[in-house]
Amino acid sequence: MKKFSKEERYQIRFTLNGEAIEGIAEPRLLLTDFLRHEIGATGTHVGCEHGICGACTILVNGKAVRSCLMLAMQVEGSEVETIEGLADQDGNFNALQQAFHENFALQCGYCTPGFLMTLSEYLKGNPDPSMEEIKVALSGNICRCTGYHEIVNAAFDAAKEMRKN
Amino acid sequence: MKPPKFDYIRVETSDEAVDLLAEYGDDARILAGGQSLMPMMNMRLVRPQVLVDIAHTSDLQGISKKVKKIEIGAATTQADLGDWINLSSDLPLLASAIPSIGHFQTRNRGTVCGSLCHADPSSELPACLMLLDGEVELRSKKGARSVKADDFLIGVLTTAKRADELAVKAIYPIAQEGAKYAFTEFHHRHGDFAVVGIAGMAFNNRIRVAIGGVADRPEVREWESLEGGDIDDALNDFAWELRGSDDIHATAQHRRELVRHLGRQLIDNLHSQKNHELPQ
Repeated sequence: MKKFSKEERYQIRFTLNGEAIEGIAEPRLLLTDFLRHEIGATGTHVGCEHGICGACTILVNGKAVRSCLMLAMQVEGSEVETIEGLADQDGNFNALQQAFHENFALQCGYCTPGFLMTLSEYLKGNPDPSMEEIKVALSGNICRCTGYHEIVNAAFDAAKEMRKN
Repeated sequence: MKPPKFDYIRVETSDEAVDLLAEYGDDARILAGGQSLMPMMNMRLVRPQVLVDIAHTSDLQGISKKVKKIEIGAATTQADLGDWINLSSDLPLLASAIPSIGHFQTRNRGTVCGSLCHADPSSELPACLMLLDGEVELRSKKGARSVKADDFLIGVLTTAKRADELAVKAIYPIAQEGAKYAFTEFHHRHGDFAVVGIAGMAFNNRIRVAIGGVADRPEVREWESLEGGDIDDALNDFAWELRGSDDIHATAQHRRELVRHLGRQLIDNLHSQKNHELPQ
């Protein structure tokens, strides 16, 4: 058993996009806020902060999760992946980002990191989805700009591109 | 929205969690997947002094098949159950219901026991537990007890679990040979809270349904050899007995209509299924 007092701050260590990182958190600090304010990884966006909008979706141990519904404490020792880890080292988009770019699947871009991280897990498990399956998979992410058509098309194109690998 | 301050305790065994609940009682909350608790804490609807994280406990993980029942440990996520290899043969009702529980991202964290303990009247897993007459096993320092769904689910966000008790496992009976199962619900968008959710089974010329989202907990009715117009009359009676009320999502009249319409669809689906065969 390990006890962490509400009045203290503690060292947290985990892997972020393949790199070992550490930072300081009090028990109540949400993972979103830890990533953005403590680490400076501001690619993960904060929308509703109660698990509805999907903007803060990231991968923890390969699973897409709401980072606003997790505490920094809970990912101690885990593998965390965020939008910052999608492009290669030279900044070239991966297939998913490229498909969003080509399909105009974003306008303001606020929801985009959540959509991309959601699809990062989903397309691994279902590499050849139907349009209908994509709509269900994306139902947990809200976009107020695009009307979703372009996003669904981008996901479909990305899946097709990724199957060539 | 940020949660208020709390002490965070990460336990390694269920005994440690039970000891902490005995010590802190009402001031403590169990954190498993956090998909209901964390939103409520972020909105400051609940303010526990102590959070007991059971996600890393060695003895609350996994799904085990026992005689005539499946036991699901308290740290087991809805995604784990959805991916379980025997799901469609042993728990076909849950195979049908799981895709309607939130979104796949929330199922990745949300636990089966957590959903039962949260006891939202529109949730899928409590309705399924009621239909199958399952149980929840509770443990405190005073001992363990298994509570039937009908006694466990009391009302809106209210269960028979005492503050010093830990829900250690959910127990769902294995599908009966020859019985047929189905789940359906109406929601405004996929993953939203269900306006009406219906779990149903057909067995020995009987029909049994559990309806969530209308009364303050899922309610069950069982009928013998219903056919044609009798089905509609029985569903209409049930719809009125549930005494639904108007709210922001639907009127009471709309909910009655959903009970009649979805109920009929579900029963027709049950009648058209071939008999469920148990694996050898």
